[in-house]
Amino acid sequence: MIRIENLHKSFGDLEVLKGINEHISHGEVVVVIGPSGSGKSTFLRCLNLLETPTDGEIYIDDELINSPKADVNKIRQKMGMVFQHFNLFPHLTIMENITLAPVLLKKMTKPEAIKKGEELLKKVGLSEKADSYPAQLSGGQKQRVAIARALAMQPEIMLFDEPTSALDPEMVGEVLDVMKELAQSGMTMVVVTHEMGFAREVGTRILFMDDGVIAEKGTPEEIFNAPKNERTRSFLSKVL
Amino acid sequence: MGIFSNWAANFSATFYKCFIKDDRYNLLLSGIGVTIKVSILAVIIGILIGLVIAMCNLSKRKILNVIGKIYTDVIRGTPSVTQLMIIYFVVFASVTWSKWIIAAIAFGINSGAYVSEIIRAGILSIDKGQTEAGRSLGLNGFQTMSRIVVPQAVKNIFPALCNEFIVLIKETAIVGYVGLMDIQKAGDFIKSATFVAFMPLIGTAVIYFVIIKVLTIILGYIEKALRKSDIR
Repeated sequence: MIRIENLHKSFGDLEVLKGINEHISHGEVVVVIGPSGSGKSTFLRCLNLLETPTDGEIYIDDELINSPKADVNKIRQKMGMVFQHFNLFPHLTIMENITLAPVLLKKMTKPEAIKKGEELLKKVGLSEKADSYPAQLSGGQKQRVAIARALAMQPEIMLFDEPTSALDPEMVGEVLDVMKELAQSGMTMVVVTHEMGFAREVGTRILFMDDGVIAEKGTPEEIFNAPKNERTRSFLSKVL
Repeated sequence: MGIFSNWAANFSATFYKCFIKDDRYNLLLSGIGVTIKVSILAVIIGILIGLVIAMCNLSKRKILNVIGKIYTDVIRGTPSVTQLMIIYFVVFASVTWSKWIIAAIAFGINSGAYVSEIIRAGILSIDKGQTEAGRSLGLNGFQTMSRIVVPQAVKNIFPALCNEFIVLIKETAIVGYVGLMDIQKAGDFIKSATFVAFMPLIGTAVIYFVIIKVLTIILGYIEKALRKSDIR
């Protein structure tokens, strides 16, 4: 489904990604872990071209997405993204946040989008907030709305960029629960997170990134119970 | 008591002489019309030019940056009276449009430079995450700008824009230089005709004040409506 070949990304003289090769199949929940500054977020942001790769290829369903000919907007519609800082649109109500893109991009009519929005809000447990504004919500609620907003475009892949890092500890659970449910429904997910419990429980595969490369990858059991790489061991000993 | 009634009689006599006699109030009324229509058209032109110049300044293309920079530098670096006279007597010298339209264009060109800086600051004030969220949903750059960034920017810059419009209305008091009879010119005309300075000039000031006060109240309501989404 997603194939990444020799992905490089530099910001000026700073090389953040130093050659990443990876294949993500349909229905996988790939959890990316690693120390800060290791390039996890940059890697994720390259997948929907919020960062333009300096070198290498990214294919989605065998379509090369980082070529000048690719229709970036069309490709992004297939991928939902959830951000660390939610990035809800503060001038729109919760329902408008969710329906804006599907209606504007002619994926649905307004009534269809509202129906879908109600469905999604119910799923994330926020039906009663449809007419509220983002400023009236707690962090956990905002992030659940952000997930609903991304799902409204009916994406095939969901990208999560540290979705719980900006949350108060007591709100982390509610967001992880929604993500867990999403994973169980068969959604292909790539998740950058520091929540090791989530990685172990929900992840089908773990990528450990360090210094711009994937230093080790494997199933949660392999990574958490028997890490082979010295850097993985040292990282896990600090966070577990 | 005698002094007061004396003063009151004097006042009403002067008032009559300045504003009622020979239907002089008509001069002021048509002056108000001129000021208002020049201001409204100038505000519209100012916003349009401001948007274009702000986009030039925010663009990644060097050539557009340079054009925007030259525009704001030239307009901000010269007096508006000079600009008005150049536009009227040089640029539009051979054009037969109504005087007020040409004056409004001149004020719009002037205001555009200031509005562009306000708009630019407003757009830069919106968090980059908003653009990223829009783009990640598949919206193109224009859709993200027009549906997500600009509506939020407008809310942030609204007070500064109001301020600019108020300055613009008062700035139009120089249209007398190109022969338009606005409020200021009408007051001046009455002063010359009656040899009374106090009454017509204070009257002029009061008229400007009332117009701007009313506008301020209306804009206050609009701002409140814009802030609806901030309620917690």
